[in-house]
Amino acid sequence: MISRAERTANYAILLLFATFALWPILAILATALGPDDAGGAGGLANFPAAWAQGRFAGSMLTSIAVSAFVVVVAGVLSIMAGYAFGTMRVPWAGVLFPVFLLGLMVPTEVIVVPLYFDLRTFGLTNTFWGIALPQVAQSIAFGTFWMRAYFRSRPPSLIEAGRLDGASSWRILWQILVPPGRPAIVTMVVLTFMWTWNEFLIPLVMATDASLRTAPLGLAFFQGQYTSGYTLLAAGAVIVAAPVVVVYLFLQRHFIRGMLEGAVRE
Amino acid sequence: MADTLVASTARGGSAARRDRLGPSPWHALAYVAPALAVYAAFVLYPLGRAVHLSLFDWDGLTLATFVGLGNYVEVVTDGDLRAAFGHTLVLIVFFALLPAAIGLVLAALLTRARVRGLPFFRTVVFLPQVVAMVVVGVAWRQLYAPDGSVNDFLELVGLGGVTRAWLGDPTFALPAVGVIGTWVQTGLVTVLLMAGISRIPDQLYEAARLDGAGPVREFFAITLPSVRAELAVALTLTVIAALKTFDLIYITTGGGPGNRTSVPSYEVYNRAFRLGEVGSAAAVGVTLTIIIFAINLAVARIGERR
Repeated sequence: MISRAERTANYAILLLFATFALWPILAILATALGPDDAGGAGGLANFPAAWAQGRFAGSMLTSIAVSAFVVVVAGVLSIMAGYAFGTMRVPWAGVLFPVFLLGLMVPTEVIVVPLYFDLRTFGLTNTFWGIALPQVAQSIAFGTFWMRAYFRSRPPSLIEAGRLDGASSWRILWQILVPPGRPAIVTMVVLTFMWTWNEFLIPLVMATDASLRTAPLGLAFFQGQYTSGYTLLAAGAVIVAAPVVVVYLFLQRHFIRGMLEGAVRE
Repeated sequence: MADTLVASTARGGSAARRDRLGPSPWHALAYVAPALAVYAAFVLYPLGRAVHLSLFDWDGLTLATFVGLGNYVEVVTDGDLRAAFGHTLVLIVFFALLPAAIGLVLAALLTRARVRGLPFFRTVVFLPQVVAMVVVGVAWRQLYAPDGSVNDFLELVGLGGVTRAWLGDPTFALPAVGVIGTWVQTGLVTVLLMAGISRIPDQLYEAARLDGAGPVREFFAITLPSVRAELAVALTLTVIAALKTFDLIYITTGGGPGNRTSVPSYEVYNRAFRLGEVGSAAAVGVTLTIIIFAINLAVARIGERR
């Protein structure tokens, strides 16, 4: 049904856009593996050099700590809230749930200004908590929405059976409903991880100490200081992007499903 | 937490009867409470505080002066702020309209033509969505540099005359940042539209072919009307992404040259944390939030009417 000319044209257009999508990524990889700006051999040796010069050991560690905290805390709180909204009669649910949904739209820009000045009053700026807690709150909005949809899709008979066996609602949640919900939970976890790892504005405002810089922030400062060529900067960029990209390559269906279904809010 | 929940279900009497009906309303609320507490403290309260701050003239240190809606008047009258919102309109073309146009063509081709290598293509076009914006900015700064590969490419195809330092050029800096947005968003839009097109029944296309419709008529008569909902979602997401462009501007141009690429998000940061105009920054942030809410509401309305 499709002519040979049409098919060839299709492949040509596809190839063109695949090239457009890959070009910047391949370019930065090529630069990162290229000859050292100082005249050295370059290649893979650029990565340890960038790691040391850009002080990525510290910033990657901060990013790992912040991401782990946000993923775990926001995950558990979202599962609990989603469970209640999805299977129980929560008082004022008609108001409370839309209020959670609101959080999907609130831009970081508007909350970061008062957060900075209010947290400063409590001495929480320039601390781990100042960076992590606002991101927990933002992740909870999506997580609650996402987990509610999962719990609503569970057959009520499952919960009923648990109750007849005398299981508490807490045990029904963790032993009956959560284990088969792994795909939904993995999707939430990878998205929260990606958003937290890539977040820039909150750490930029909150972390004044170099020791609290997250990886993207470390890269931004590295760009500011490092002026002799691009090689080590490119290597640093690859280091910062790598964790999320690697997770994406393994769990890409979760990323795509979450970002598309999360976007189509019922 | 677990102890109190278990205790409240084991209270006998009326509680036992309620167990059959499901947990009590207060019990349900206890599950929501921790999430609500964190969310209220770090999103809802700051949102209210932003509105409050936006009514004051405050440098972040000394005493604030109440100015009413003065900061909002400034959003409309101040040249720099108007320019920033104007730049956003240009960015919307690059972040939302171009990806929508390209995404429609790509998605229609990919789903209808049954080409091979689709999973690979999907992985590749979606990849820019997961790379940190800071990394995207670093990569593109290098491409746009005077000796970068954009200029190399132009020289290769005989356009050596138009080469320049793209991000430092007063006229071309903003479109250059826009193209980065097109690069980031096209994959998301394509994958979203592909999902919509794959749900269109084959019979529709067969009927159209029998009526003698070519690929172009087929596209406008069947594909486009069928993906209206997906297109609306894609436009919402990408328009909002254009409105919230901060990292990219911070890394690539810093709002320059001059203020040629300054955007509202950047103005919020700049005013609050560099210029000491906290009230004005809050007003810009609140305005941005209102615009984002309005777009979401409008799209939800369009979705309901269908």
